Amino acid sequence: MEQVIVNGFYLGAQYALIALGLTLIFALMNVLNFAHGQMYVLGGFISYTIYGKLGLPFVVALISSGVTLAIVGALFERFLFRTVIKRSLREESTMLLAAATAFFLDAVILLLFGEKQRGVPKIVKGVYNDGNLIMPYDRMVVGILAIAFIAGFILYMKYSRPGRAMRALAQDRVAAQLMGVEVDRYTMIGFALGAMLAGIVGGLLVAITGINSGIGGPISIKAFLMVMIGGAGVVGGAIAGGFILGMLESVGLTVLREFGDVTYLVIFAALMVFLSIRPNGLMGKPWG
Amino acid sequence: MTLISSLSRRALLGAVAIMAVAVASPALANEKLKIGFVGVTSGPAAAWGTSNVRSMQTRAAWLNETGGVKIGDKTYDIEIVTFDDQKDPKRAIEGMEKMAQAGIRYVVGPNVDDGAAAVRPVAEKNGIIYFPYAFPKSLYTKPASNAVLGMIANYQSGPAIYKYLKENKGVKKVAFVAANESDPLSQRDGGVAAAKALGLEVVADKDTYQNDTRDFTPVLTPIVQLKPDLLVLSGVAPANAPLLIRAARELGYTGLISTETAQDAKVLEEGAGELANGFISVGGASTPEIASDTMKEFVDRYTKMFGEYNDESNTKVYALEYIIETLKADPAAINDVEAFKKTMDSFSAANPYMKGDAKLSYVGTTSFGQKRQVAVPMVVNVYKDGKFETLFVGTVD
Repeated sequence: MEQVIVNGFYLGAQYALIALGLTLIFALMNVLNFAHGQMYVLGGFISYTIYGKLGLPFVVALISSGVTLAIVGALFERFLFRTVIKRSLREESTMLLAAATAFFLDAVILLLFGEKQRGVPKIVKGVYNDGNLIMPYDRMVVGILAIAFIAGFILYMKYSRPGRAMRALAQDRVAAQLMGVEVDRYTMIGFALGAMLAGIVGGLLVAITGINSGIGGPISIKAFLMVMIGGAGVVGGAIAGGFILGMLESVGLTVLREFGDVTYLVIFAALMVFLSIRPNGLMGKPWG
Repeated sequence: MTLISSLSRRALLGAVAIMAVAVASPALANEKLKIGFVGVTSGPAAAWGTSNVRSMQTRAAWLNETGGVKIGDKTYDIEIVTFDDQKDPKRAIEGMEKMAQAGIRYVVGPNVDDGAAAVRPVAEKNGIIYFPYAFPKSLYTKPASNAVLGMIANYQSGPAIYKYLKENKGVKKVAFVAANESDPLSQRDGGVAAAKALGLEVVADKDTYQNDTRDFTPVLTPIVQLKPDLLVLSGVAPANAPLLIRAARELGYTGLISTETAQDAKVLEEGAGELANGFISVGGASTPEIASDTMKEFVDRYTKMFGEYNDESNTKVYALEYIIETLKADPAAINDVEAFKKTMDSFSAANPYMKGDAKLSYVGTTSFGQKRQVAVPMVVNVYKDGKFETLFVGTVD
């Protein structure tokens, strides 16, 4: 059972990091970023190219993934989402735009990187095995890095000037504007930060799970699940949702294996019941 | 004035010459023979259909470059018309309808069970012969007659692999794991039945995973604890195979791992490295021991055209070859699929992709009661250090 719990924690750390960027963008702009998974994939392929193909250090690859996606996110916000939000009063306009960007990125990634699953050499070799517990060292490194990124993100949002401005925006956009917060600037920074988180987690996990051009959609769906569990637009909720989903998956796949693939069926059924009782998720309130 | 007249005369002659070439060109060009493809070339399973399309495009370009294909008294250039069904049966139907509207009689695909089943009425109504990469027997047994299985089915290769491993590697306990989708699940059920029929102990036959799973450690943890001698990855997608292998090995699993689907050596190398050594899969005429010079040239051309080869194409190169060679055997079949069906019963031609005197022919009598399968060599491979090596070669009748 120790193995199952550790598997759950490891998955949870991955998932929480994936969900953070999505929830940040939602909190700031009320935009469901359907392209979040595709941004993760793009980050993964950038790390694959830099670390796997060019042989540069993994940390360079990770930084490149984050920076590239931050630029992509900023451009998307500046030239697409900002325009649509200003021109359209209908919320579904941004949803349609987000879906379009997802399809666009899917096509571009397939064109640039091909259809094959890609992987990179292990960043750390070896496996910890004490008889009861097995954990490859590279997973430990990735798990620790994921937790470090989550902690860094929380600290940044709490104590930095842009972080405070973004929190103010998320709490009350009009009030923040009246208090002198530059709405356009911080919205763009927030979108870039959300995209950067997707890129970093894609770049990080390419070392464990590899990457392929078709997984953007499924990653987005999983991220939405976590956000629904934790509460949309709430950082703590996204983290909690990630860990809960990771643990449910790990325990379910062990305990329910005799019944076939019912783990996700049970998770979805439980989620429906849960959402009918708590429609805003665990911590469902405006983020801040 | 003389100069002007001379220039005008030259210009006139030049114009006439250009017009003559322009008018004559269509007469010199070969007629087009359109062959369709309906399958998945985007999303998580894009690799399956993309290897189909690229194999067809590589072979078509090669044939066209060398003057086209002579069928009867006409020479044709091959044109590949593709449709991405996104692994969605509704889109597969739409794709097959488009093929019918374009007057296409021969279509490669779809890649999965539900897509292949969905297009059957459209294909039969419009007189289209199609070559699915899907295993349901109902597609190939009477009254169905328009589908031709484009590869070896798991219920044909699985028993041969398990028997070999039982006799040569001492396998006694087998565990199965499959994605929770129709193809892998039906392949798993077929594999479980075949293993039981061979007297093997099946220790896991219900374990499944979502096809979009990225971390397989939780899936494999309970299976590895059962200590099977053989772990079968039923119907595993090439994208998932290295992840499953890596997770199993990192959890301490030391037994054999196999699948009945075609895999790509580069994907295994990048995704699992040396942990993939010993992984058994089914391929086409790929290994140096059996690949002909034509096969080697095909691989070269494919690589030049698309930058990187895909080992799945070792099997997928065949469907177009069968279509063209069968049409050569009976030119009337170009617009008459009933003639094509009749020719299938007695068809035989040299297999250009294998060394020796291997033949192209239609098989499937044992499995389907009629010849509705292409005779692709059943090459069981074992992966080692970035390459496949031939474990054994079997046949299907």
